[in-house]
Amino acid sequence: MTDNPAAGTLRRTPLHDEHLRLGGRMVPFAGWEMPVQYSGIIGEHKAVRNAVGMFDVSHMGRFQYYGPDGVELLRRVCTYDVGRLAPGRGHYCAVCRGDGGILDDVYVFSLPAEVEDPVGRRYLLVANASNAERIRDWAAEHKGGLNARFQDRHASTAMIAVQGPGAIDVLADLLGESAVASLKPRRCGLFYWQGEEVFGSRTGYTGEDGMELVIDASMGPVLWRALLEAGVQPCGLGARDTLRLEAALLLYGNDMDETANPFEVGLGWTVTLDDGAPGRAPVRADFVGREALLRARDAAPARTLVCLKAEERGVMRPGHAVLRSGKQVGKVTSGGHSPTLGVSIGMGFVPPEMAEEGTLLTVDVRGKPLPVRVVPRPFYKRPPKDEGNA
Amino acid sequence: MAVPADLRYTREHEWVRVDGPSTGSGQATGTVGITDYAQDQLGDIVFVDVPEAGKKLEQMAVFGEIESVKAVSELYSPVSGEVIESNPALADSPELINDSPYGDGWIVKLRLSDAAEVEGLLTADQYSELIEREGAA
Repeated sequence: MTDNPAAGTLRRTPLHDEHLRLGGRMVPFAGWEMPVQYSGIIGEHKAVRNAVGMFDVSHMGRFQYYGPDGVELLRRVCTYDVGRLAPGRGHYCAVCRGDGGILDDVYVFSLPAEVEDPVGRRYLLVANASNAERIRDWAAEHKGGLNARFQDRHASTAMIAVQGPGAIDVLADLLGESAVASLKPRRCGLFYWQGEEVFGSRTGYTGEDGMELVIDASMGPVLWRALLEAGVQPCGLGARDTLRLEAALLLYGNDMDETANPFEVGLGWTVTLDDGAPGRAPVRADFVGREALLRARDAAPARTLVCLKAEERGVMRPGHAVLRSGKQVGKVTSGGHSPTLGVSIGMGFVPPEMAEEGTLLTVDVRGKPLPVRVVPRPFYKRPPKDEGNA
Repeated sequence: MAVPADLRYTREHEWVRVDGPSTGSGQATGTVGITDYAQDQLGDIVFVDVPEAGKKLEQMAVFGEIESVKAVSELYSPVSGEVIESNPALADSPELINDSPYGDGWIVKLRLSDAAEVEGLLTADQYSELIEREGAA
């Protein structure tokens, strides 16, 4: 029942001392020592749904690619055609192996530049902590003869996600009203705070509005404390997981891994497959996994990732078998208790013929049957923002 | 972390309070729950699976499960006995265990088969030492 980290070999973020000062319960996570909670997961979860919370996400990989062929390198390894991103825009996508298996899910931003950089546009790739080194090495292996440059911003910066219906108001006070208010979803910009440059994107992993900020490591704690003073609730990995699950956002290692292709897990929309209509050159050059992904798109999938909601009390967890008529037909990949809905929710793989909404299935919770229903994705959608607050 | 002196404890973080003989039978009864330390480690509790009245429990056998947002844990019976009642309030308000682990958050009441078993359990001092060691590990 104890959560003591095996300290020593774990990496610490620039915000480590802040977590200790706030009584964060530190646990090992993907090689990092991270807070799983401060006051309590449900309270932190509700702060993000109803007000505003913040997360230290400095453990996530942050890599910049630039130089004359920086963009070409990213086009080779990302499923989305990064070449389509104008400066100030970002897109979620996958990095796949040659066979279409997912190596990681990443966010790529084309960094805004006031003046065109003579060595080519700069891109920021944000990778999962658990896959950061692998993605960095994978990109390096695929560089070939490209004149692309790379900068690892993992240790030199801190990253803070500020999320919730009140996030934009807090950030507008901090970073500037007009700049923050005009930042549309999935776009990014450069802001200035206390003389320091802050990268900010209107993105997140909670299903709420908000931003993710990257700042020099030395200023990370200062920004964290300023947010705390503005009334933002610090939140740990526990709430991050319940929030993302309610929003049906996937978690690498649970809901996808190298054995899954993007189409099976509902990420087909992140794959740019320009077939090249007859008489027209393909818009997009070849990229790693393209052939396999073309086949995966056109083939009948063997399994589909669906959202499951419990019909009775009981909690489904990752690894539990999904049954139909007493026979195993699939597996829960993410599961837990939903603080917003008050019941257990999860995601899992089932055969496509059982993926229809309303299908009644059973989850084997350590020998006890828990009836669950296939429900639309996501479980939680934030209410539309009221107009006076835009 | 509260560790009331009048209770006995298991190494698995359950407590038992001997309540005295139940009417008629002359056998001692006891109340069982999890400790303040256990609820703190588990975090927000969202579901408790408890046995029905009449179920016979062996000492240190698993008698139920407790689910927090984070994880599931098994419940071990500190003593042998028969379940008289499971806390009916936990079905709708499992968070009572977080709020009041030694009071409203009790889990089952038992008719003890052998009151002497209680003497083999940890005292409050011994249990305090145990959690201090775990906390420092």
